[in-house]
Formats: sequence, structure tokens, C-alpha cells
Amino acid sequence: MIRFLGSRLLRAAVTIVMVVTFAFVVLRLSGDPAQIIMGADAPPEAVEAFRAAWGLDQPVWIQYFHYFGAILQGDLGRSMRDGRDAIVLVAERIPATLALTLPALAIKVGLGIPAGITAALHRNSFIDRAVMMLAVAGFTVPSFVLGLLLVLVFAVQLGWLPSGGQDSWRHAILPIITLGIGGAAVLARFTRSAMLEVLGQPYIRTASAKGVPWRAVVWGHALPNAAIPTVTIVGFMVGSLIAGAVVVESVFSWPGVGRLLVVAVANRDLAVVQCVLLLVAMTMVTSNLIVDLLYGLLDPRLRNQPRRAAGMA
Amino acid sequence: MNALVSLRNLRVSFDGQAALRGIDLDVAPGEAVGLVGESGCGKSVTWLAALGLLPAKARVTGSATLQGQELLGAAPAVLDRVRGGRIAMIFQDPASSLNPVIRIGRQVEEALRLHRGMQGAAARAEAKRLFDQVGIPDAARRLDAWPHELSGGQNQRVMIAIALAGRPELLVADEPTTALDVTIQAQILTLLQDLRRETGMALVLISHDLGVVADSCDRVCVMYAGRIVEQAPVARLFEAPTHPYTNGLLGALPPLDGPRRRLAAIPGSVPEPWAMPKGCAFAPRCAERSPACDIAVPGAVPLAPGHQAACIRATAMGLLKETVAA
Ligand SMILES: Nc1ncnc2c1ncn2[C@@H]1O[C@H](COP(=O)(O)OP(=O)(O)OP(=O)(O)O)[C@@H](O)[C@H]1O
Ligand SMILES: [Mg+2]
Repeated sequence: MIRFLGSRLLRAAVTIVMVVTFAFVVLRLSGDPAQIIMGADAPPEAVEAFRAAWGLDQPVWIQYFHYFGAILQGDLGRSMRDGRDAIVLVAERIPATLALTLPALAIKVGLGIPAGITAALHRNSFIDRAVMMLAVAGFTVPSFVLGLLLVLVFAVQLGWLPSGGQDSWRHAILPIITLGIGGAAVLARFTRSAMLEVLGQPYIRTASAKGVPWRAVVWGHALPNAAIPTVTIVGFMVGSLIAGAVVVESVFSWPGVGRLLVVAVANRDLAVVQCVLLLVAMTMVTSNLIVDLLYGLLDPRLRNQPRRAAGMA
Repeated sequence: MNALVSLRNLRVSFDGQAALRGIDLDVAPGEAVGLVGESGCGKSVTWLAALGLLPAKARVTGSATLQGQELLGAAPAVLDRVRGGRIAMIFQDPASSLNPVIRIGRQVEEALRLHRGMQGAAARAEAKRLFDQVGIPDAARRLDAWPHELSGGQNQRVMIAIALAGRPELLVADEPTTALDVTIQAQILTLLQDLRRETGMALVLISHDLGVVADSCDRVCVMYAGRIVEQAPVARLFEAPTHPYTNGLLGALPPLDGPRRRLAAIPGSVPEPWAMPKGCAFAPRCAERSPACDIAVPGAVPLAPGHQAACIRATAMGLLKETVAA
């Protein structure tokens, strides 16, 4: 168990280092931040002064080591726009993002899993077909299309809900639904196929053959097995609590981490972009770690020789 | 004979294709019946149908009664009490027949709770006793093992312990040793015979190996393409096999003593369900085929006490006997 945890933690660390490096390289390669922030017609001396102030005049690898050393000391740098600590800027936006993604996660799990189970238990029935049709529709429609559609119907046509902004809880409803539906669809399909796979296994027939009532077969014998693959998807959704709302936040002009990221990228605000990416990588890696531990808990076969079911650390 | 289980004209079809074409079979209390036949002839389906364990798409007709009580179409609550409580069933692949995420002790205790109302320490003690009875070493510690930690033979013993938990009157063992090593096979078969002697339960042993069945059973039913083509007490079947298919199976047996020779396999293969001949299904492979074989499916003809065969040659012999008797 200790060795298992150790190897997982090491892997998590490597993943984070790679994300941070990747962000650094891409952002330096994609244009001169000084020029973009100062504007195209800024006097060259001003641009030079800006470069010197932010260390952009030094060789790239020195910049990288400074940047990395600072991260190790917990210093994520300051925004080149307004000079505030990047981490503060990002932290301010987290509650707004979670206000969307946590209720959306509840919808995904609360709607998707029961729908998938019901469909599997009534395979090929009307219920099954209806659930699957909705599920296919739910995840083939991109979230910005779904978001705009909802705005069109509930904000523009019916006027029931606001179309964007963050002034009251009513503003959160449409973005939450937009986020929740797509995820619920994915989870419903996934749960259904996991459940069907398990229901066809010989041990389910054994349970019935020894006189276990069908409900107890489903709850006691099938679900614990179907939970194992489903946990991967839920874990992935937990991992995207921070980063999963970029598109929806933009559509609904919701001031969360996702919008901060979009704006910071457009502005080449390096420290902020890197800070967001680091945060995203850390949530992903943490949720993956939790999924790995849950696997061990759910599946005794994995306890002795752990093995990854889905590689997305 | 006062039958424990009676199957009458039991028919099963999947998606309109017949898998069972009318099975008539009685199992008496305490009796050991062997069910043999090539792969796909319907041995498993027969008993899965009787216990209502086939998938919903299977169409089942006819009758399966347990001491007069009809099982086909019975209420779920009735079936749940019969399954495991009066008729238990074990399967071919013990490794995948046990739930991988439940400790084996708990899988036995579940049956004890369902059929004997035992719980907690009492259930655990009884589970340990059952493990001892089926020959699982170090039973007390094994209760907490997971199925993947046990060998195939051990897992089959666990399956047998689960089956015994409900004190069934009939144990249906569906090829219980096919997936196991030869030495383990013999141990499991001996265990089944010992348990039958100790508990007095009846045994249906499904196998595609006539030799296995001959060693452990009182009576043999030979199945071919969804029908029983011959049934007889074991000794009688070996002395006076009547159906050419039975003869073929006997010819495929290695001799017990004497020099080893090549097995005489039956040429040809079972007709596909959609291309079933109008007459005898074995006719296309039969060395003794005559034009009359293709006219209609021959019915089962009694030849001796407990011995009947479904072949027109048997029909002829039956007629002959009646004439002699008259
Ligand atoms: N769930 C199912 N769906 C469709 N067809 C099935 C199903 N189960 C069995 N069959 C068909 O029913 C026929 C009888 O199958 P069965 O499993 O009873 O054969 P068997 O005699 O037990 O053979 P084996 O020795 O291979 O176990 C086969 O033709 C098989 O294809
Ligand atoms: Mg079978």
C-alpha cells in the first residue's frame, strides 16, 4: 500500500512538472508578452523597460529556472496586468466556478447514474430507448450550443431567467443545467454499459440460482461491480471541477476561473495563466489519486497488484 | 416412481430458433441422473429453463414441476425459495461464477440467511462447517478470502458449499469439472458422490463425457439436438445401447483396460437449429439410416424397465416384443 501510494505520488508530481513546463514553453513561444501588454505602438524603450522589470530580457532557460524555483517556494508570480499576486487573482475566482460546477456535478451523478441503471435493467424497453436517445442528444450537442439554446428559450423567449452575469442565484441556473446535462448523458451511457456488462456475468446467474431476490441481486451483486468502471468517469468529472467550465463561463459571462483563464491567455498574462494551469493540473492529479485509492477499495483484485484502468493522470 | 422433479414437453427457443424440442424427464428423490451429449445439445438450457434462469428473450413452454408444484411462470417469491433452497445449481466455470468483490464466506452466509434464516456468528460457524465438509483446508481463515485468491478447484468447492447451504433436495451440477485439471476433476466428482451419500439429495450431473457420468450416476439420459434420444440405467446403457448416437458416444470412450486406441469420433456435426431435418435429427450422421428415418421424429419407445430410446429401430424392436408377448 505504501509503495502503491509512493509510486502514485511520484507520478502525480511528474505530471504537474510537465504541465507547468508545457505552459511555460507554449506561452513564451506564442508571442512577446511585453509587446502585447504594452500595445503595438508603445515606444521601444518602454517595452524594453517592461522586459527588464519582468525578467523577460534574460535567456529563456534562466527565466524557466527562476520561475520554477519560485514555484517551489510557493511564489506563483504576479499578474503583469495589475501587479497583484496571481494566486490571489485565481483564488478569488474559485468560489464562483465551484458555484457552477459543484451543483452540476450533483446533477451529473444524481441524474446520470440512476438513468443508466434504469436503462440497463429495462434493456431494449421503451425506457431504455428513451434514456439512450436523450443521452446521445445530451453529449453530441456541444455545451456552447446547448447553452445558447437554453438562453434562447428560457431567457429570450420565455424571459424566466437571466441570460448572463452573476447578480443572483437565478443567474447560475442556466449555466448549471448546461454543464450538468452533458455530463449526465455521458454518465448515463457509461453506467448503462457497465451495468449490462456486469448483469451478463456468470456470478449474477449464480446469485439468482441460490435464491437471491432480483432486487438484492441488482443492489448487492451487480452494482458493486458496475461501480468500479463508473468511478473512473466520476473521478474525471471531479477532476474537471475547476477547468470544466471554461466554455460555459464564457457563454454566460460568469466570472469564474475559466473566464479568467481565457482573458489571461488573450493578454499573455503569464503568471496568471500558469497559476490557473497549475491549479487545474493539481485538481486532476488529486482526483486521479483518489480514483486509484477507490479502485483498491472497490476491487479486491487490484489490492495486491494495482493497475490503472484509465490512463489520464 | 414418485418423482421429485418432472419435466414434461419442455421446449425453449431463442429468437424463434428452437434449442429444446420437448424434454420429458423425471428425477426421483435421492437419485443420481447423468445428462450427456455434445456441446450445444441443450443440457444447460434444460435446467436453466426449469429454474427460470434463462434471459427474458428465451421462450419457454411445457411444464417443470417440483413435487407437483409448477415452476414455469411461478411467482418470483416462489422461485427464490426453490432456487438454492430445494434445487441448487453449480456451473462450469467456478472462477467467474463467484462474485469477485464479495468475500467467499459471505457468499455462503448469504445462502444460509436466505434459506435457513441464519445470521451473524451462527451463519459464520455453519459456513465454516460447510467449508470443512467440502474439503476446503484451513476453513476458518478461508472464509475471509476473495475468489481470486483461490484455485479453480477450491472455488468449485466454495460453489458446492453455497449449493449445500440451502439443504437442497436436488443439486444440478452443470459440467462441474470441465474447467479443472484432471486430478482435481476426480476429487470434485468423488466429493459430489460423498455428499450425495451423506445428505441424501438427488444429483443431476451434466457432462459431455459418458465416462464421468457412468462412474457417478444411477441413470443416464443421452441428449441430441434438444431432445433426449435414449435413457437407461447405467449398466443397461452399456450392455444394450440402442440409439446409434449412444453407440457413437460409447465408441468414443477410451477402453478401461487393454491397449489405448484412437477415439472413434462420430463423423459429421449437429445440424444447425434453422436446418433441422423433419425426421430424426441424427439421421444425417447415422450409419444405420433408412428412408423411414426422414419421415417423422421418432418417439421414445420403452425397451426395458427404465430404458427407452427414440429411434425407429427401437420402435421396430418394441413392436417385435409386443408381438412376442401377445
Ligand atoms: N442465452 C442464449 N441465447 C441464445 N441462444 C442460446 C442461449 N443459451 C443457449 N443458447 C442456445 O441453446 C442451445 C443449447 O445450449 P446449451 O448451453 O444448453 O448447450 P449445452 O448442451 O449445455 O452445451 P455445452 O456442453 O457447450 O455446455 C445452443 O444451441 C445455444 O446456442
Ligand atoms: Mg452447458
